[in-house]
Amino acid sequence: MSEPLLSVENLKTQFFTEDGTVRAVDGISFDVYEGEIVGLVGESGAGKSVATSSLLRLVDSPGEIVGGEITFKGETIFGLEEGADGEPRPRDEMLSEEEMREQIRGREIAIIFQDPMESLNPVFTVGGQLREFIEINRDLSADEAKEEAIEMLREVGIPAPESRYDEYPHQFSGGMRQRVLIAMALACQPDLIIADEPTTALDVTVEGQILEMVTDLQEKYDTSFIWVTHDMSVVAEICDRVNVMYLGEIIEHSEVDDLFYDTKHPYTQALLDSMPRPDETVHELDPIKGVMPEAINPPSGCRFHSRCPDAREVCREVHPEARNLAADGEPKHSAACVKYDAFEVGYDESRPIETEATGGFSAGLTETEAEE
Amino acid sequence: MATEPDPQTDTTADGSESGAGEVEARVGLRYTLKQVKRDTTALMGIYTVGFVTLIAVLAAIDYYIFDYAVAEMFWYSPVQDPDEVQRLLPPVGMENQFGAGVIEHPMGTDHRGRDIFVRLFYGTRIAITVGFMATGIGLVGGTLIGAVSGYYGGWIDDVLQRITETIYAIPFLVLVIAFMTAFGRDLTFAMIGVGITSIPVFNRLIRSRVVSIREEDYIEAARAAGVKDRNIILRHIIPNSFAPVLVQATLQIGVSILIVAGLSFLGFGAQPPTPSWGQMLSASRNYMLPAPTFSLWPGMAILVTVIGFNILGDGLQDALDPRINN
Repeated sequence: MSEPLLSVENLKTQFFTEDGTVRAVDGISFDVYEGEIVGLVGESGAGKSVATSSLLRLVDSPGEIVGGEITFKGETIFGLEEGADGEPRPRDEMLSEEEMREQIRGREIAIIFQDPMESLNPVFTVGGQLREFIEINRDLSADEAKEEAIEMLREVGIPAPESRYDEYPHQFSGGMRQRVLIAMALACQPDLIIADEPTTALDVTVEGQILEMVTDLQEKYDTSFIWVTHDMSVVAEICDRVNVMYLGEIIEHSEVDDLFYDTKHPYTQALLDSMPRPDETVHELDPIKGVMPEAINPPSGCRFHSRCPDAREVCREVHPEARNLAADGEPKHSAACVKYDAFEVGYDESRPIETEATGGFSAGLTETEAEE
Repeated sequence: MATEPDPQTDTTADGSESGAGEVEARVGLRYTLKQVKRDTTALMGIYTVGFVTLIAVLAAIDYYIFDYAVAEMFWYSPVQDPDEVQRLLPPVGMENQFGAGVIEHPMGTDHRGRDIFVRLFYGTRIAITVGFMATGIGLVGGTLIGAVSGYYGGWIDDVLQRITETIYAIPFLVLVIAFMTAFGRDLTFAMIGVGITSIPVFNRLIRSRVVSIREEDYIEAARAAGVKDRNIILRHIIPNSFAPVLVQATLQIGVSILIVAGLSFLGFGAQPPTPSWGQMLSASRNYMLPAPTFSLWPGMAILVTVIGFNILGDGLQDALDPRINN
């Protein structure tokens, strides 16, 4: 395969709080190639949004990217080396803050934010904001930018874009605003768009329209996407490859079909079991037991073992790194679970342990619900 | 491309449908003015302020371009002592120990025989200039300091806030008098001094707004789109924080006029013979018993102007705050 557009190696972002260090993103690696949609899936708190803002170096204090490497089209967005005093320091070829702002943000990598209601400035017209972003990122004059802005509004399906250009965000519905945000992201003709749960705040019909539109536009402009979501159905709909995140780690990565039909990691399986699927009929959905532990003090060993139905003694002790489990010649399919032979840590001989999922702590609650 | 049901159904949420697809914005200058016009008290404020400002502009034109030639042509010079002295005359239709009021001097004359009406007219220029300039200095300074301080936070915030708090801690009249003693007793330094003392007011107001606006998604979106910090502050943060500042500025103009009138009364500020209301009050205090109307006129002028700005400020506040609208 050719060179990836974006390559993330062992990225670590931590928040230094009074209660301790929150390891929001703890060593994730993934690639995005040209023209594909890569999913980033996980529950709330898995570190998806922190991971995406790290890609643009937009993490605010007390958060900080502490390690790893981000390369985009051969440019180093983030990279450390060991300084003279042994402390890590930014490498020389790492883009400066100014270069990030002028070359990368908006121009090469754009973000579509989660909440369309909050992501537009209420005191300016929609067209004015769109025009500003185009002016900044495409070196066009104000008039040309306005024309381009109207064209983009038409492209994302806003009816009568000339008259709606001069309207304020509160005059748009949620779905319309999300279209505007997508127009903003596309208008600067970036190579990569990070969509941070862009359809979460919308109802399903509008979500469907938006997904359809994005698929069309993606084909037209050949833009790569990183699609952040917690919704497996959205993943199935639009993604080419998927990364599943749990507590700051990517625990499974595969092509989208493999993820659904050849699920490797128990967490991914649990996620899939917790939602209805058109291809499977179940009597009752099976929610994931328990809640995700705090990233400030993650469980030892495999981070999912406290909620895992397949957990054994060894899961508490061994922290698995994701490994490729696909057969030779097959597309890469990696998972971080010691129950596979590739890990060779003696899972089969280990004793099963009681976890939230095997009927330990929260079983009482689910049973009462079942009786009703 | 996905089909959207009907563009107009999308806009009905804001409740302001009108006729052929025209949707009226509920933000912006025109809407605010419309709101203000509905409020009778605020309307009186607008008229008062407008009237006083118009007089000030006329007076300024005559002063700067014609050097009081227009005043002299139609009336009396506000600065020259008259040849034929008629000191401390009462307004027309009244009598005091110095004589009866005459039609040429409708408000009477001052202690040097100058016409009070014409001096009052030309004193408006000083009051309005001072009000706007001093508030302008405070507004620009306070807004910039507050916005920078709120946006960046950290040590920048600490340093800027401690400095403005220090200014706040000193009684403002003392501060202005000290400032003018150091730099000069004329009106320019009075304006700058009063402007500086009002910086903390605007600074705190805007900082508190910026701190909350900074966290909004659209600021994050602007950063992600590569907008410079300077433009984020100027184009995205300040306009969103501006409603309360506009109200405060209107009220502050009234306050500034009052302070500078007070300074003129104490002898700081516009120097004689330049007509100013505070200085007229100051001169009149020696003649309060024989000619009480002499001090009444400038006092009334200050009162009306300051109240005008205050009720305009209140009206703006109501118009700009959607929660008070009904």
